Amino acid sequence: MQKLPAYFNFWHYLGHYGLKTAAFAVLLFLMLPILIIIPLSFNAEPYFTFTEGMLALDPAAYSTRWYTEILTDLKWTLAIQNSFIIGIASAIVATVLGTIAAVGLASPVMPFKRLITALLISPMIVPLIIIAAGMFFFYTRFNLVGTYTGLIIAHAALGVPFVIITVTATLAGFDRSLYNAAVGMGASPARAFWDITVPLIRPGVISGGLFAFVTSFDEVVVVLFLAGPEQRTIPRQMFSGLREQINPTILAVATLLILLSVALLITLELLRRRNERIRGERF
Amino acid sequence: MSEMTLSRQDRASAYAELRRRKLVAFLFVAPLLAFLLFAFVAPIASMLFRSIHEPTVADLIPDTLDKMADWDGQQMPPREVMNQFALDLKRLANDRTSGRLAGEINRSLPGASSVIQSSARQLRRIDDAELASSGTDALFKANKRWTEVEIWRTIQQSGNPYSVDQYLTALDLQKNPVDGSIEARDGPKIYVDLYTKTLRIALFITLLTIALGYPLSYYLAGLPDKTANLLIVFVLLPFWTSLLVRTTSWIALLQTNGVVNSFLMAIGIINEPMEMLYTEFATVIAMTHILLPFMILPLYSVMRGIDPSYFRAALSMGARPIPAFLRIYLPMSLPGLSAGALLVFIISVGYYITPALVGGTEGQMISNLIAFHMQQSNNWGLAAALGSILLAVILLLYWTYDRFVGTKNLSFG
Repeated sequence: MQKLPAYFNFWHYLGHYGLKTAAFAVLLFLMLPILIIIPLSFNAEPYFTFTEGMLALDPAAYSTRWYTEILTDLKWTLAIQNSFIIGIASAIVATVLGTIAAVGLASPVMPFKRLITALLISPMIVPLIIIAAGMFFFYTRFNLVGTYTGLIIAHAALGVPFVIITVTATLAGFDRSLYNAAVGMGASPARAFWDITVPLIRPGVISGGLFAFVTSFDEVVVVLFLAGPEQRTIPRQMFSGLREQINPTILAVATLLILLSVALLITLELLRRRNERIRGERF
Repeated sequence: MSEMTLSRQDRASAYAELRRRKLVAFLFVAPLLAFLLFAFVAPIASMLFRSIHEPTVADLIPDTLDKMADWDGQQMPPREVMNQFALDLKRLANDRTSGRLAGEINRSLPGASSVIQSSARQLRRIDDAELASSGTDALFKANKRWTEVEIWRTIQQSGNPYSVDQYLTALDLQKNPVDGSIEARDGPKIYVDLYTKTLRIALFITLLTIALGYPLSYYLAGLPDKTANLLIVFVLLPFWTSLLVRTTSWIALLQTNGVVNSFLMAIGIINEPMEMLYTEFATVIAMTHILLPFMILPLYSVMRGIDPSYFRAALSMGARPIPAFLRIYLPMSLPGLSAGALLVFIISVGYYITPALVGGTEGQMISNLIAFHMQQSNNWGLAAALGSILLAVILLLYWTYDRFVGTKNLSFG
């Protein structure tokens, strides 16, 4: 509990507790819609809302049938498989190209730095519908529409800005004198880079890769335009489910995705701590 | 030490070394640049190009257009041109491609589609030699609108593969068919209205995220590290949760028999369910929820860096809280506020998925119309023109953002 300053009068107190109430109301607004999904996904009936039985906590009103359905429905298993294939492949492409580019951008003599950075960040700024429409026109010529390759290329492009931003931030905190010392002691630049720079920026690279993976994993607009039935991903399957016939399978999938984001959040926090520890900011 | 003290040779080798290092730095970036050029830049460039380039008509009736080249468009075209058109139309009818021509012409001249389609059917029975000599009469017999100069002028104009017509349509303008001047199109301004509405919704969402995000960030920034780190998880978790998951939950919350309606009815505030889903309200509230972390995270990171003692000092010296806040704290938090506001505004202007799922007909934004013209009406040129205008708006905003805030302040978590 914070100690409130001695000069506080009634209005100060009102302001303080008013602010606290407002802050918690906003946190509730952020969290409730996500939390509400979880119990709803155990609905025994095919509805999108709480039944009387659920509110009365009747065990018979709850079931795991929608989770079983995900595992047995070929549409969902294919979508899950596709999401991971496309997500992992595009994250690898984005991370490799993005990390190398970020190292170049970090050089003090990099020509046209501002312009190039703006270009590399732009996939994050341009509305997805424009990207998707443009890719549809252009990729058709190379027979990339309706293929895994096309989607991996597209999603890698969307993931690049996140890798660039994250790795650049890590490189900014990287002490160049460590690299210079290694070279000064006779290591070749490649060797110094591989043995000194790479391990130190690794946490940043991994979180950049995770960002790129999530970008692909959550992306649906480009998938709507570029994917054939074979490449349907989880968000694409959810999108059509929400448009056509809503059933609680989507809520079960959503719950699993929430668990995935919790796992991701924990991983990122561990990486962040590790990064701080490596840089000596926290022991 | 000035450059003058270096010998010419030293200077040359220093420049050579600098050039070499520049080249090495550039080589690191080159693979990604090449990749993005193919995967991202070229697709967008091809979309921009498509908004002014529409070769369909030119590809369908090249011979007619060739012969039309010298025609000024004032009087009826020469018979030779019309005979050639009759021949071309018969060929299209036999190839079953007359429908594409009809569709293209109809876009500029509503009603032309049926004229072309019915004439094409009748011309199929006439042999080529006859059409070459008196195809004009056959056309006049097939439909009397061929005697009007307007339809010929439209064909000539649609035959030009390059035009800004799609932009005119996208801005609710049209070219006067007689003197070629640009004027407002009759009827409601559908596209301009939709752009205005999109910007209005985006502005409203931005203001809402400020109203919700500012107090929360301010509160979190004043907490001890440990508590703040714990509570910020409740901002980060929604941020990391799939967009579709959050949209799904708003559908569950807002639908007629949904959680919100059931709750309000149970506590007796309303007697019958309110229509909330598939409205503009649904779009605004779901997007506010989705974009709120984009406001809170930059605000919070800036506010963490503000020394609270300035504000406290003002209060302890007797300043009233509100003026003290406005004059001391608010200006210091402005970098975070502007970063968050521009980010939220830019993202919401181009939003597609959430309005498409929860917005119904009234909650649609410009992206949804672009998708409609891409997927349903197949009017790709218009979709490209609408997209280019949207892109111009976004780039202008991004330029402002970069100028005043800088992309350095972007971070995620």
